[in-house]
Amino acid sequence: MISQSMRNALLLATGVLAAGAVFAAGADLGNTTKQATNWVAIAMFAIFVAVTLGITKWAAARTKSAADFYTAGGGITGFQNGLAIAGDYMSAASFLGISGLVFANGFDGLIFSIGWLVGWPVITFLMAERLRNLGKFTFADVAAYRFSQVPMRSFAATGSLVVVAFYMIAQMVGAGQLIKVLFGLEYTFAVVIVGVLMMCYVLFGGMTATTWVQIIKAIMLLTGATFMALAVLFQFGFNPEALFAKAVEVHSKHQAIMAPGALIKDPVSAISVGMALMFGTAGLPHILMRFFTVPSAKEARKSVGWATTWIGYFYILTFIIGFGAIVMLTQDPAAYYVPKMVDGVQAVGADGKPVWDGLRGGGNMAAIHLANAVGGNVFLGFISAVAFATILAVVAGLTLSGASAVSHDLYATVFKHGNADSTSELRVSKITTVCLGIVAVFLGIAFEKENVAYMVMLAFAIACSANFPVLFMSVLWKDCTTKGAVAGGVVGLVASVGLTVLSASVWEAVLKNPKGSAWFPYSSPALFSMTAAFLVIYLVSKMDNSEQAKRERALYPAQKVRSETGVGAATASGH
Amino acid sequence: MANDDIVARIEANPKYHELVRKRSSYSIIMSILMIIAYYGYILLIAFNKEWLGTPLAPGMVTTIGIPLGVGVIVFTIAITNVYVRKANSDFDDMSAEVIREANQK
Repeated sequence: MISQSMRNALLLATGVLAAGAVFAAGADLGNTTKQATNWVAIAMFAIFVAVTLGITKWAAARTKSAADFYTAGGGITGFQNGLAIAGDYMSAASFLGISGLVFANGFDGLIFSIGWLVGWPVITFLMAERLRNLGKFTFADVAAYRFSQVPMRSFAATGSLVVVAFYMIAQMVGAGQLIKVLFGLEYTFAVVIVGVLMMCYVLFGGMTATTWVQIIKAIMLLTGATFMALAVLFQFGFNPEALFAKAVEVHSKHQAIMAPGALIKDPVSAISVGMALMFGTAGLPHILMRFFTVPSAKEARKSVGWATTWIGYFYILTFIIGFGAIVMLTQDPAAYYVPKMVDGVQAVGADGKPVWDGLRGGGNMAAIHLANAVGGNVFLGFISAVAFATILAVVAGLTLSGASAVSHDLYATVFKHGNADSTSELRVSKITTVCLGIVAVFLGIAFEKENVAYMVMLAFAIACSANFPVLFMSVLWKDCTTKGAVAGGVVGLVASVGLTVLSASVWEAVLKNPKGSAWFPYSSPALFSMTAAFLVIYLVSKMDNSEQAKRERALYPAQKVRSETGVGAATASGH
Repeated sequence: MANDDIVARIEANPKYHELVRKRSSYSIIMSILMIIAYYGYILLIAFNKEWLGTPLAPGMVTTIGIPLGVGVIVFTIAITNVYVRKANSDFDDMSAEVIREANQK
């Protein structure tokens, strides 16, 4: 019975890691099996919680106005914000998922991590300083700068909330799955812990607490990963060739792990997934929001410089960690692998050696097991606590951006037409935070048994097809109008969701239609949905000759002066 | 609002247009370089897996694709920081000058 459910869990985990699927899926954590209770890990996590709640208390005393709540009063430095952005982006799925992918397939993990990194230069070159110069609290401030407020804000808030919802479900389900293997606790328990703690951070400490939770988590994750990579390289005299040689020798796929495998099937999917990752990053509301926490465009640029550096460094570490796991976990298979059972006894291969199935706890546990192999039980506890803290921090960031979309864009602008005072706006943000927390817990429980592998990629597809084109065109194209932007954004949103539903990752994997029946054959809709959004924005704006459109075009030069020079931009504090 | 005057003066200053032109072309060139590096690598994988899987030297296990892939990561970090440095020094100096001139008149 136990071995059967374990087998199923492993099948699911390895199924998710089966190359092609994972590229489309966005390093999903898959399904996991509950392990023995790990008290060291729980204690380490308790320390993290105590420290972060202490910071929240400190932050609460400084969170008085809406500006404090949304942007920490704009008083975060570029370096701090860079770490916090890296913290937002380095999720548990990317740490465990990418190292697990390297463990299973070698080279393909590298392709994957490159994809997740290349959006950052695009943000740096095209968006960062313009966002900082035009916006105040949310990216809708920027998109709606010279446009009709009600339709633009309604659209931008919808885009934000949809992206946040899909990203959040993936994180909550990941938290539930992780706690079973990392701490040996129940799924529901994890979802409630994440929901309650995240609410505490956001509700009482706002952006200040959320930022510091991200910074602490980023430092812990980078330190832990650095130690693991160094421990692996040390064994091989810091010679990567020696590490690779040993990995090729012990891995069941041998030399094949040094070459690209099945990850990239067809060029259209490759380009489409690449576009979703490259431009989707520039449309994620919880990332864009971070640019308003720094005092100037100069610091905004520094933020992305640091963020890109840390994230890229982290991906190089995960590659080494994956290869390290290949080598070191096979040295003690009894500790890390599940025995392959035939008729109640472990199977023996033709060479007389015992045969092993996948990793204990699933394919994504490579990095966790490696932590035990290089640092023993205490370090294992540390890395487990970091992995769980990572989800918590990302969920807090998502909630804050969802809450600001509701309170700043919908409540203050759409319903109150800009006449809401800071106190009532702040109150609405806090009520929304509580609602989002409850919704997140509910969704986490509702989706426990569901396949959520497609959700992070869907969030990226929507971000690049709805949020990014609207933001890009409104800031950089003088002829863009409200009608064009809203029409194009809605087309991008509908197309990206629609095509994802019709693709194999939902049509077959979730809706259980027969294999091969998916109408949309590619791994990501981005190539089509983003192109459609840009095209519709262009055409509708061009055809729009209303008085309103003329006024909006006339406002472009002043918007451009502000976006390029920062004249009149929201200042660091004292909004 | 006094701000409108400043905006109008900045708009009238040829230095402002020079700043926008220079910085835009710089960021567009950088973006194109990044797109070439990334899509070049992806298309290489799509069309020529064998070449990427060739060992760097006979007898080695490290393949051409590994340093190239790590190279794309390092390139991404480098190009981002080059832009940040350039924008935070040269372009910000030009920008500060444009704003100063607008405030003086």
